[in-house]
Amino acid sequence: MDLDNQALVKSLADQYGTDDLVIVLGAIDQDGIEITVETVTNGDPSYIGPLAGVQLGLQVAHVFEDDVKAQADPDVYREQVGFAELSFDAAAVREAIRAARQAIQAPAGDALG
Amino acid sequence: MYLKGKKVIALGERDSIAGEAIAAVARSAGADVVLTRTECFV
Repeated sequence: MDLDNQALVKSLADQYGTDDLVIVLGAIDQDGIEITVETVTNGDPSYIGPLAGVQLGLQVAHVFEDDVKAQADPDVYREQVGFAELSFDAAAVREAIRAARQAIQAPAGDALG
Repeated sequence: MYLKGKKVIALGERDSIAGEAIAAVARSAGADVVLTRTECFV
């Protein structure tokens, strides 16, 4: 997650609070998803960005997730995301975001194991 | 995760799903999109 976006997310969290602030991702690479989820929940793992040491605990979803798709207008979803959903490995992306959220929620001991 | 009424940050990528596409989807679900970004990794 680039530093400019970290600064913007931090600013919006300050402005709106974290309870109703949700991030919806479009990244398809597992590493990118993991790092972004960690950055906006536990803080920047590289310790160089504005979110270093800042535990926002934001909720993170991916636009490929069934939960997101089910809430969207079907025509809008098909027009905006439908082709990409077919072009990329959407199932792998859904698994990556699920695993990233689970890793964040797991106790530290589990992560070390 | 319920999106209706939430403040959404649409964080896309140039080589996958652009932020604008995510924002359109989120708005159609009743969310208030407060930031739309498309990251570019080179």
